[in-house]
Order: sequence, then C-alpha cells, then structure tokens
Amino acid sequence: MGEQVMLKGDRAVAHSVLSTQPDVVSAYPITPQTGIVEKLSQMKADGDLRGEYLKVDSEFNAASSCIGASAAGARVFSATSSQGLKLMSEPLFTASGMRLPLVLAVANRSLSGPLSIWNDHTDAFAERDGGMIQFFAEDVQEAVDNVLMAYRVAEDPDISLPALANLDGYILTHVKEPVEIPTEEETNAFLPKREPHATLDPKNPKTMGAFARPEHWTETRYAVHDALRRSADVIGETVEAFADQFGREYGLEYGGLVQTYGDEDADVAILGLGSIVGTMRDVVADHPTSVKIVKPRVIRPYPVEALREALAGVESVGVLTKEVSPGHQSTLASELKSAMYGSGHNPTIQSYVLGLAGRDVTKAEIADIVDEVAAAASSGPSKTFVGEEDWPQLDRDILPNEVTN
Amino acid sequence: MSSMEEPAPPEPEISHDDDLFTPGHRACAGCGPALAMRYITETTGENTIISHATGCMEVVSSPYPESSWGVSWIHDVFANAPGVGSGVEAAYRAFDAKEGFEEYENHDDVNFVVIGGDGATFDIGMRSLSGMMERGHDILYIAYDNEAYMNTGIQRSSATPFGAATTTSPPGEESFGNDTNKKNMPAIAAAHGCEYVATASIAYPTDFKKKIETALEHDGPKYIQVSAPCMLGWEFDSAETVNVAKLGVQTGMQPLYEIEHGEVTNVMSLSERKPVDEYLEKQGRFSHLFAKEDGDEVIEEIQAFIDEQAAELGLDQ
Repeated sequence: MGEQVMLKGDRAVAHSVLSTQPDVVSAYPITPQTGIVEKLSQMKADGDLRGEYLKVDSEFNAASSCIGASAAGARVFSATSSQGLKLMSEPLFTASGMRLPLVLAVANRSLSGPLSIWNDHTDAFAERDGGMIQFFAEDVQEAVDNVLMAYRVAEDPDISLPALANLDGYILTHVKEPVEIPTEEETNAFLPKREPHATLDPKNPKTMGAFARPEHWTETRYAVHDALRRSADVIGETVEAFADQFGREYGLEYGGLVQTYGDEDADVAILGLGSIVGTMRDVVADHPTSVKIVKPRVIRPYPVEALREALAGVESVGVLTKEVSPGHQSTLASELKSAMYGSGHNPTIQSYVLGLAGRDVTKAEIADIVDEVAAAASSGPSKTFVGEEDWPQLDRDILPNEVTN
Repeated sequence: MSSMEEPAPPEPEISHDDDLFTPGHRACAGCGPALAMRYITETTGENTIISHATGCMEVVSSPYPESSWGVSWIHDVFANAPGVGSGVEAAYRAFDAKEGFEEYENHDDVNFVVIGGDGATFDIGMRSLSGMMERGHDILYIAYDNEAYMNTGIQRSSATPFGAATTTSPPGEESFGNDTNKKNMPAIAAAHGCEYVATASIAYPTDFKKKIETALEHDGPKYIQVSAPCMLGWEFDSAETVNVAKLGVQTGMQPLYEIEHGEVTNVMSLSERKPVDEYLEKQGRFSHLFAKEDGDEVIEEIQAFIDEQAAELGLDQ
C-alpha cells in the first residue's frame, strides 16, 4: 500500500475492477469508456481476470447479462458512456426493482443530439430516477476508490442496488495521474464476498421478476426508495472503513456524501460535481474572496442533510453544472433549492450551466462566477426563478444559425 | 365458415405428472402456449433455470406473489431474455471455474433455457438472441410461436402469416390482412451456427419433447420453435386448439423438421398433405379470405408458398 503509479484514468479504473475479481464482466465499446474494457480484456487474455468476460452485442445486453449473472449470485461489472447508458436504461431500471447489485463505471459524456463524444453530465442525470446509487469522482484516485466503495455499498445485503461510478469522460479517463491501486488482497480485506439474499439456484427454485399488480407495486417501489435512502448511512460507514484501511478520506465530516474545501466559515460557496472541482480549487486558492467549495460525491442518494450542514453559514451559492433539464433548469441546482427549502436557512442559489459537451471551463470563467456569487451574498435571497440560471458560455452570435431557427 | 368436424380426442401422450409448471395460472382455456410450457418443464426437469421474455406466458404465470414455476425462473424485460440467460449461464461457468469455491458444485448438468414468444424472438429480442447464439452460450432457446403479439391484443409480428387478420393488419377495402410471409427464424438460427435447430408443434408433444431432449444433448446454443395456436387471436373454439395445431402440420403450414449442423434432417413427411383451406377455414383470422371477393387468390398465394416450402423441405412422401 502507498505506492503510486502513473496511470491513465481508464486503465486505473480497470485495475481497481481487477482487484475485486468480478465473476462476470460484460461490456460493449463506446468512447470514451472503451479504455476500461480494453484493459479488462487484456487482463482476461493474460489470465489475471479470472471471471468470465462477455463481449456482447450491445450495451442493452451488457446490462441484461449483468442482471442475469447478478441474479445467479455473481459479482458483475460493466462500463459505458452516454448513448450506451441510454441503451442500458431499460434493464437498469429493473435491476433496482429486482434489487440486484451491479457496478458500472460510467465515463460521462453528453447525449445526442447533436452527437458529441465529449464530457458533461447529461447521461448520468438522465438515469437519475432509476433507483441507482450514483458516485462522482473529482480525480483518477477517487474514481479508482469509488469502484471499491460502490461494490461494498451495492452488494450490502440490506441495500442490494445497482451503482454507477461516474468519472468524467476524457478529463479523467484520458489523463495520466499518479494513483495508488489496491491489490486483490487489500480489496478482499475491504470488500466482503457477496452474499445475496436469493439466487437462481436450481436446487432452491425462485421466481424473479414477477409482475406486480396495483396492490403490490407501490410497496416494491417504496422499498427501492427506502433502500436508496438508507444507502446514505452505508456509504458513510464505507467511506470511514476505506479511510481506516487505505488512508484516503472522502468527506468523513459529511458522512462521506459531500466534501468541502477552502474556508469553512466563508459566506460564499461554489458547488460542482466531478472533475470541475479541481479547477474550482485552483481558482479559489488565488481568489481574493473567501470561498467554500462544496462537492457532492453522490447525486443518489441525494445528500440533503450533508448539504444543509455544509451550507449552514453560507449566504450565496453558485452551482456550476454540466447538465440542464430543458424547460426547467439544471437538476443539480433545482435539487439544491429543494434541499434548502424548509431548512430555516435560505441562501441565494445561482445556477451556471457550463462545460456542456466538453466545452472547456477556464479558471477565468470560474473566477467571474465567484465574483457574481460573492456580490449576491449581500443582496439577500433571489426573488427570480428561471432568470437565476445563467449560461455563461452561451455564444449568442452563433445561436441564430443553430437548428432552433 | 364451413362445417366443423367432430373434435378428435386429445393425443394420448399428454401427461400431467409434474409440478414444475403448475395449474392455477391465468392462461385462457384452450391456450396452446400453456401446453408448450408444460411440455418444456416436463422434459427439462427440475435442474433447470429459465429466463423468460415478457409475453403471455410470463404474465399468466407470475402474478406476484404467486408463481406457476417450480424451476428457477427470471423475467426482466421484453427484448432481453437471451441476454439475461447469457449472464446466468456465464455466472455458473465462473462459479465452476473458481478454485476452492466449495458451496457451488459443478453445474454442467444444469439446463439453461430461454423462452420467448414470436414477438420477443422474431422482432424485439432478435439482437439479444443473435448475440446469445453467436457467443456460443450453452442455452436452449424455445420460441413459442402463436404468430402475433397476443399479450397486447393481437398485433402483427414478423411471424404472422400472409393473409392473417390482426388488429394492426386488418382486412379492409384495400387490404387482405397481413401482407408479408413469416420470417424464417429456424434458418437464421442455423446460420448462427447452432448445432441443433428444430420446429415442433403442441399437437405432437412426443415429438416436441424428444426434440427438447435432443437439443439438450448438444453443448452450445440450440433453437426450437414450437407452433402454439392462440384460440383468442386465431379465433377458434377453445376445444379445438390441438386440432388446429395438427392441421397446421398436416397442411404443411407448420412443417416439422430438424436442422443439425446446418443440414435439414428428419422432416416429418406427409403421405397426403391437406389443402391449406382446411386449416384456414377453422380460424376467424382468415375468414375474410373466404368472404371477400378475390380472397381465393390470396388463399392460392398461401398455398403456393406452402407448396414451395414443401418442395424445399421434401415434405411430401
């Protein structure tokens, strides 16, 4: 433990997966995820990955075969991005309904159309309501570590849900960083063997995936809802156990659900998901304003209490987000507003939609946002609604030429 | 409609001696596919895991918290039963390969079975089935073919025969019903390299069960397509299911054969193939062909299609 190696993000994630020795890996190539499953293919070819590797016809059947294998009691893994995650969506929703743990690495990429292979979070947010745990990673090390933590939470018999370990496409998958890779021994000490509550065992016949009439469906859905909410505590215990064993801490003071950086007593905060937080940290380090950075590590379960605590003394929050729910506003912002409602604390929340489809987010742009957010701190809660959302990178000069006109 | 013959007594081979697909399910009286399910579990026995596509047989057999299945059984979505089955089979291969994994024993003798209707097989699940066959999973796929989307209310599938009325291929001023011939799925399965492919009919249970047994002797993917009439969608008296299925075989509409290693074998030949009218006139879904002007031309087209198919298979003795 403790030895760092220089690895590309996709390769590093593959090594992390290898340390869990999944029984079945099933995957289909898609940019920018492909490096993960290419590396796993090589590991299988070299005899290092001892489980089965299914080279399937589509992401649809990657998810489907993971569901079948998980139902048989196997530890399973797949990886995907964007359109591939969309193609998995139908079976993934059933995986949570059937309470089958699967772990997927998602190299986040925008959804068509227009087609784009570059990074944003529209793919992850499109699966928001599927009953899956969703982790986000700021850097390659966190992406590596989230794989282990995702398995431990997803396979916990009291949770038993699918989990997505998101990492930003290209920004994390295609960058080399010094990382510590857990060995199989270390992972075995951290991640217990899966003990499913039921399997497709011929000696003990079970019917899985029965259909539910109105008198049962509500309860089934509530059970998923309840398990996903309870998973917040399990994540907290898992992050703590991870820190104890590996020495890397991910927001222990906020139950492992949220991390903060910068001045804990600042009036001004900026909030972001994933790799953008690294740039935010650089900006804040040099900025004259005292700023707190708030980084949710998960979007499901939604960390309401942790965010309320993290924003307790904050007067003005800027949400920097790489997604939007067209016709409303960014989901990251609207959910934060919803979380603060009724908390007795009502900071100004301004939303900035940026970094869509790989558009570079510069330090200067973030510094401008910090200035705006700081200026709003003294003006009290904003009275406007949609108007609060800003698209700082929108090029109005080319807008008339787009398909909208 | 012409006069109906006295229903023949059921085949003596029908047995009711296992509890792996139990009564109490919600299938219609006279359901052909429900007979197919019983013949399947009677043959595969209890050492079986079934992955089942969405469809009539899934819905009637698994209303939570009840189940008709005495074998391990999973349903996920409409299009992915072969993908799910692939994962189950791969998991057991992985368990068996694990050193020192003592709670699992060797699962070589487990029968991995995937079941889908014609819509799940010929249409929406074809990619999933193609992948399962191409990758060589040790799985028996059984398509129960009732020639339309019966579960959603009798819509046309690519297994629907030429001239048949469904709710999405209705006859009308400018329509004689479905305007395409049935997709040749057995040939598609054989082209994937399945060592064993067969067609069967619920009217010939001994033959169907023997084919399941033969299929299970082969490692790798295998495909059986069983003709299973739907009294509701085909519009015939629910006492007539087996007779209609039998007429399907006797007219050459549902030829019974095997394809082993890509070669057609064991064609169940007919000493006196009956004209297709005898099959069509028993079913309301073809009644417009007898009522409509020029309907006889469509019947001739159907007969010509059958004749051609019979010649290719060497169906006539």
